[in-house]
Amino acid sequence: MTTPTVTVEDLRKTFDAAGAGAGRVTALDGLTLVARAGQLTALVGPDGAGKTTLMRIFAGLLRPDSGKICVLGIDVALDPQAVQARIGYMPQRFGLYEDLSVQENLDLYADLHGVPMAERASRFARMLDLTDMARFTGRPAGKLSGGMKQKLGLACTLVRAPDLLLLDEPTVGVDPLSRRDLWAIVQQLVRDEGLSVIVSTAYLDEAERCTQVFVMDRGRLLAEGTPNALKTRAKGLTYTAMPPADLPARDLQARLIDAPRLIVDAVPMAGNVRFIRQPDAEAAGLQDLLAGAPAEPRGEDLEDAFMMLLHQREAVAGPGPIPPDTGLAPDTSLAPATGPAPAGGQAGQPAIVVRDLVRKFGDFTAVASTSFEVARGEIFGLLGPNGAGKTTTFRMLCGLLPATGGTLLVAGHDLRRARAQARGRIGYVAQKFALYGALSVRENLEFFGGAYGLRGKMLRARIGDALERFDLDPAAQSGQLPAGYRQRLAMATGLLHQPEILFLDEPTSGIDPLARRAFWRTITALAHGGVTIVVTTHFMEEAEYCDRIAIQDAGRMLAIGTPREVRAMAGPSGSHDMNSAFIAIVEQGRARRDAKSAA
Amino acid sequence: MTGGGFARRLAALTRKETRQMLRDRSNLVVGLLLPLVLILLFGYGLSFDVKHARIAVVLEDSSPVTLNAVAGLVGSQYLDPVWLQSMPQAEAMIRAGEADAILRVPNEFTHDLAGGNGRLQLILNGVDSTTAQTIEGYASGAIANALEHLADRRDVRFQDSASVGIVQRIWFNEAATSTWFLVPGLIVLVTTLIGAFLTSLLIAREWERGTLEALFVTPVRPMELTLAKLAPYLVIGMIDLAMCLLAAKFLFQVPMRGALSIIVLASLLYLLVSLAMGLWISGITRNQFAASQVALLVSFLPAIMLSGFVFDLRNVPVVIRWVSQLLPATHFMSLIKTLFMAGNYWPAILQSCAILAAYAIVLIWATQRTLAKRLD
Repeated sequence: MTTPTVTVEDLRKTFDAAGAGAGRVTALDGLTLVARAGQLTALVGPDGAGKTTLMRIFAGLLRPDSGKICVLGIDVALDPQAVQARIGYMPQRFGLYEDLSVQENLDLYADLHGVPMAERASRFARMLDLTDMARFTGRPAGKLSGGMKQKLGLACTLVRAPDLLLLDEPTVGVDPLSRRDLWAIVQQLVRDEGLSVIVSTAYLDEAERCTQVFVMDRGRLLAEGTPNALKTRAKGLTYTAMPPADLPARDLQARLIDAPRLIVDAVPMAGNVRFIRQPDAEAAGLQDLLAGAPAEPRGEDLEDAFMMLLHQREAVAGPGPIPPDTGLAPDTSLAPATGPAPAGGQAGQPAIVVRDLVRKFGDFTAVASTSFEVARGEIFGLLGPNGAGKTTTFRMLCGLLPATGGTLLVAGHDLRRARAQARGRIGYVAQKFALYGALSVRENLEFFGGAYGLRGKMLRARIGDALERFDLDPAAQSGQLPAGYRQRLAMATGLLHQPEILFLDEPTSGIDPLARRAFWRTITALAHGGVTIVVTTHFMEEAEYCDRIAIQDAGRMLAIGTPREVRAMAGPSGSHDMNSAFIAIVEQGRARRDAKSAA
Repeated sequence: MTGGGFARRLAALTRKETRQMLRDRSNLVVGLLLPLVLILLFGYGLSFDVKHARIAVVLEDSSPVTLNAVAGLVGSQYLDPVWLQSMPQAEAMIRAGEADAILRVPNEFTHDLAGGNGRLQLILNGVDSTTAQTIEGYASGAIANALEHLADRRDVRFQDSASVGIVQRIWFNEAATSTWFLVPGLIVLVTTLIGAFLTSLLIAREWERGTLEALFVTPVRPMELTLAKLAPYLVIGMIDLAMCLLAAKFLFQVPMRGALSIIVLASLLYLLVSLAMGLWISGITRNQFAASQVALLVSFLPAIMLSGFVFDLRNVPVVIRWVSQLLPATHFMSLIKTLFMAGNYWPAILQSCAILAAYAIVLIWATQRTLAKRLD
């Protein structure tokens, strides 16, 4: 059990930075680690920590500049093919052949790995059973939902039992149900077959299930150990604060996170605020900050330890790619453009009214008679598994997709008639980076500002504000920004024309926890300034920042209300956090639907 | 590791490529329908022959001798004469594009002809120089014929220069039909097309969709990937080749003087070169759009412009001739024309086939190099 599967010694790897004269980017900077056989090993770390580079070096796809690397006792740099014949590797984006069926994809990988025909039937049956895809073997892989594709990718990687399984962020952009299923598969294989697994992940609750955890940062090892050993770093520093009834948890969280001298980290959670205090924080200062809200000590978890580690690194190494506290105070200039309120758009009226909204694609109903309202200045979260109809609903709200039926009022305008007027009052930040990568930050802002009809002094002033507020370098090439900064630029662009409503489609996918904190601080500040926010996310804990959330599945609205109300709807099994509430609600919804269709 | 592994993996990958090819309709449209359209277009629609060219005949002198002289213009399928009385009328027609040429018979023609120096004026619309030259040939041929008959019958004595006719004879393409040399060229065009438009997308698509990363971490070898991608398109190319040859033989009745087996063999060699060229471009660019643009510029367009398909390479500047010699299409073009029109000329066959085989080997080797299982 203790033979190493992977030994890494003083590993270094640099890349040519794209863009002329940009020099070299260091991905791995003298990394040393040993992973053991027969267990789950996790690599965690913020963006740019070098996780993916390390995985690719393990798989023999990249050659290190210097240092030693042995996988399964073989020097990868010398004989990558020998390693590739024995490992299973699932890249972040597992490229399934979308025009081939599920079965054809499995067959291809079985043939390439030389799985004997005699073993195939039982192996395929087991994989299809574990992934719950036996019904879909004839379906083209391109027609599967995101979570199912990921499961099929895992099944293709596991068509034969590898000596080592490498998973590179297997759950990015995957909904909580599919995430739970993927982990169940991996854990079962580790248990049944003694599989050795190395997984990189952005979810710390996933890392907590692993035997050994390596915390990486900027190409170096920040810490290693069992989850329990790592957790001790936050021991005695973790609390839950219960805000008084008249104070939203979000506001208390904002106050806490704005005081970095006393507080390491704070997040809203189940109506309360979980926070970590600085080890040297004075009790009196803390009392003032909490303003009478009672705080109770709570058990620490891996995320607490991770946040401690990242903040300590900041203190030693100076600000990292994402400053921990951007201090984005509520700012009046972020308020929606003032001007004559349009007819039907008076304050007090809801920002968005949706009645019996329907969208069909051919005979497939993506969204079925959905109704809800979003009040002005509210943060409204749209949650749902992959393929639930979130993106479709979202696109209809932004006027990017016409509705098949129903009423849709956005900022007082009927989207089915006055789409252009409505669009002028909304800002949209797409899930994928939708700006021009080859243009500089300033050029992108100028272009999009111009597209919204801003010019001259006004445009320059707004761009100046945006650069300052989001701490952006105007000369930087947009495509070269780290993920967190690209997200900021996308936000800055969406806010240039001071929209009344801001639409954010999975804004925090693939962004590390520090950047996510900063991002949500901006969102809460905007909402404080009166901007209405509609947001979709796969991070269920982020739903706690929302005033109200809606959970969709298979085109139907399953639950809508404040996070507290939604947790209550989930019943006893889902009441302690949003993740389990979400899973419970979706499963109950599906059980009801199955019962109805069976009847 | 073992030969069995190679065969099994190659079979699996070929199966995958074939499925992907068949499931994407646009592959079949470009691979099978477009060649068919090209065959019909080039065979029927495109021709350098001019038929029913309108020629304005201005008869300032309308004696029987004159009428006999221009009678040769009538009844030809190549020329449609329009009879006019005055020059300005004819000029107006040519300006309006209603006539391609003017034949002017001056009023002293009969008199001058008897004196041995009869002159006719032929004015050609030079806007389209190829057509103009063709019409010139038809018109002068028709008139010379008529005058010869005239001389025979009437026993008119002409001066030596006028009475000596030039007897034309064209070798290899006896009918001087342009279809005869366009159709062999079409084989070059169609085989180039599949490489330029279909295989040039294959590797780039895998890079763009991220399918290679997982594929690399399997026992698969770069050469297996390369060969598997060539195989299904080789079949498509063979179908196209068969269509071209059948059309040449039965639709256009182009003679095939060389051995069919050698024509097929040479065509398959060039097909392989064309497919590997597309694949190699795909592997270098790793981007479908860039790959198709590059393939268009370095493979397809030169095969039309510089291979001797349209323009005779002896008439182009030296530098361009050098460039054209670098193109595999040029070597195949000259070989296939020789095979169709002249027959088995072994030195040319061996030389061109050797060059094509060398290209095929180098390109396939270069392609599998672009699939080295590395991401950096």
